[in-house]
Amino acid sequence: MSEEMKDNKVEQTETHKSDNPSSTSRGVTRRGFLTLSAVTACAGLGISSKAHARPEFSGWPGSYGMLVDFTLCVGCRSCEKACNEENKLPAPDKPFEDDSVFKERRQPSEQAYTVVNRYENTKNPEVPVFRKIQCNHCLEPACATACPIKAYTKTPQGAVIYNEDLCFGCRYCVIACPFNIPGYDYKSALEPKVMKCTFCYPRIKNKQLPACAEACPRGSLTFGKRDELIKIARKRIMDNPNKYIDHIYGEHEVGGTSWLYLSSVPFEQLGFPSNLPKKPLIELTEGYLSMVPVIFTTFPAIFAAIYAATRYRDKHSKEDSHE
Amino acid sequence: MNKDINYTTHQAEGTHISFRARLLDKLFLGMNVADYAKSLVTPFNLFAAVIIAASAPIFYMRYTQGLASVVHGTNEYPWSLLLSWGIFAGEPLFAAGFVVATAYYLLGMKRYRSLVRLAVLGGMLGYAFAASYLIIDLGRPWRIYCPMVINFGPSSVLFVVAWHVALYCTVQLLEFSPSILEWLGSKRLHRWATSITVALIIGGVILSTVHQSALGSMYLITPAKLHPLWYSSYLPLLFFSSAIYAAMSFAIVLGFVARRYFRDRCDEEFLTNLPILTLALGKGAALSMYVYFALKLLVLGQSNQWVLLATPFGYWYLVELLGFVAIPMFLFTVGVKKENLNLINFSAVFAIVGIVLNRVNVNLIAYNWNLPDHFKHIIPPWTEIIMIMAMITLHILVFRWILNRFPVTRELPEYKGMH
Repeated sequence: MSEEMKDNKVEQTETHKSDNPSSTSRGVTRRGFLTLSAVTACAGLGISSKAHARPEFSGWPGSYGMLVDFTLCVGCRSCEKACNEENKLPAPDKPFEDDSVFKERRQPSEQAYTVVNRYENTKNPEVPVFRKIQCNHCLEPACATACPIKAYTKTPQGAVIYNEDLCFGCRYCVIACPFNIPGYDYKSALEPKVMKCTFCYPRIKNKQLPACAEACPRGSLTFGKRDELIKIARKRIMDNPNKYIDHIYGEHEVGGTSWLYLSSVPFEQLGFPSNLPKKPLIELTEGYLSMVPVIFTTFPAIFAAIYAATRYRDKHSKEDSHE
Repeated sequence: MNKDINYTTHQAEGTHISFRARLLDKLFLGMNVADYAKSLVTPFNLFAAVIIAASAPIFYMRYTQGLASVVHGTNEYPWSLLLSWGIFAGEPLFAAGFVVATAYYLLGMKRYRSLVRLAVLGGMLGYAFAASYLIIDLGRPWRIYCPMVINFGPSSVLFVVAWHVALYCTVQLLEFSPSILEWLGSKRLHRWATSITVALIIGGVILSTVHQSALGSMYLITPAKLHPLWYSSYLPLLFFSSAIYAAMSFAIVLGFVARRYFRDRCDEEFLTNLPILTLALGKGAALSMYVYFALKLLVLGQSNQWVLLATPFGYWYLVELLGFVAIPMFLFTVGVKKENLNLINFSAVFAIVGIVLNRVNVNLIAYNWNLPDHFKHIIPPWTEIIMIMAMITLHILVFRWILNRFPVTRELPEYKGMH
């Protein structure tokens, strides 16, 4: 285990005083704000919530993340194996030692929460680049925004977890995810569920490293506080400007993700979406959602007035004709 | 049933016939069972029976081997044509109820009285079927009430959609309830039901406005997945605006179908007013299409992505915008100017095809357009097509059943002028 990881373990014990997401105080989050405004609108007090200025969302202080350094990854797939065992997923068609899987571009699914793909290295054609893919655990997850039953939770530790007991299988989370991550258990006729990387939430709570990070023999995966990881990533780029491109993927994409990536080649060459906005995706829908209470409050007045006018006109034109 | 008790409690005429006999009489359209069964043997019914029989094993597979065994469903393309057609393409048409009801009840356009019940029926039934498509698609349909009762996700546009579909289905059923109550002959309930009409219609306007725009808003969260020519922050407005002309076109088609295939169920007033209403709706549809077309141009100009028009997706975008919006818009205009009802009816169908195309584009064709093998993924399997055909057939059968029985395109003498 590297020095960094040991440090992180110490930090972990300090911050794990409260594991219950609902009991931690983290100010007003955006999602909380929407709930609040929806509740107040329902109560017919739509104005009062406007009176408070909304605090700017400042991420999740103290939450964990993972720094993935593709320059260190050799494609051994130990992480895939560890993930498979940890989550008790079905055995893969081909063993984890089989390199032939690299011929295709795989996506995480209900069968495998993480996969490693091989890409051509434009900088050094001799050595291919390996990319590990799994849920990025967004700071403002689109899946959680999209879920109408709130089956997703962004925990204070950073993991985005899903509760199958609430889900009714609409798959809007799959539509919304900018990384095409959630896997849906289509084979189950009556009890399908969404399956994706949990950031080993149970392990994190037990002050253990996520299974993939523990299994990585190359130190390609660094677990720790996200704020610290960004500093580490910056330092690596500064110290080796020729090795890395100057971009920490996940620092700002869709408002930031808990998983962060360093690479020697541009990220779009590794299949990362390069057209993502920097702002959280929830900001794209909140304007519309704020309009809904406005429609509910103004439309009755407008249409009742129109109706009254119609009635008035009818009545008076009748009176006129009687005269 | 005891005839004597019946006679003493109900003084009204006709109650000496038992309730059961009256109900059977209504159900079988005044025929005896054998005659009624014989009347059902028609070419269309045979075709319907074949389609529905063919779909039965497919539905069985859906509930034994999972949705993806019969419908296209993958982690990259979670929603298939079933939802695209059943919900996104259907709902704008089913706004017919609210558009015609607004014209008649709120704006005081008296002549629409002949058409209002037919339009409300079209809307109510459409929403019920849209909900059925959803139930087929949902992984655990028995939890469909969960967003209303168990746990709220108010940050989700789908939460808004779910609430509005549920409320609007209820409102539309209440809006249509006078017809059902007249059929059943329940005068007291009928009085109550008609007394709340205006409140219901205003509620319907709100619910429908939010619902139609929310369907578009569902894709606001996919800026990187939906093709930039279709993605826009104006999606809610575009969906709402196109729903208006889709609704008017659907009302025109409903009127045409009633006159053509249910003539004996239409009263004089309906048949006299229909040409005038078709013309008026055609004018309305043309105008709303101008508005929509202008909005589309505005959105295109504002996104400033003209260069994308010279790509294959750009050509397809132009096919939709010019071929399926501009041309029906132009045909509507000519039809209204020349008072050519056939042309207006044709334009209405054309415009509806355009709406379906637009919704399928947003849901399927332009969604995840940049993934490899995109087009291989969006072609539905034949089982899904049979499923959709069976649902359409069922929709027509239920519509026909209701139109044959309930006073929709005609007024019963004892209730004349009461709605």
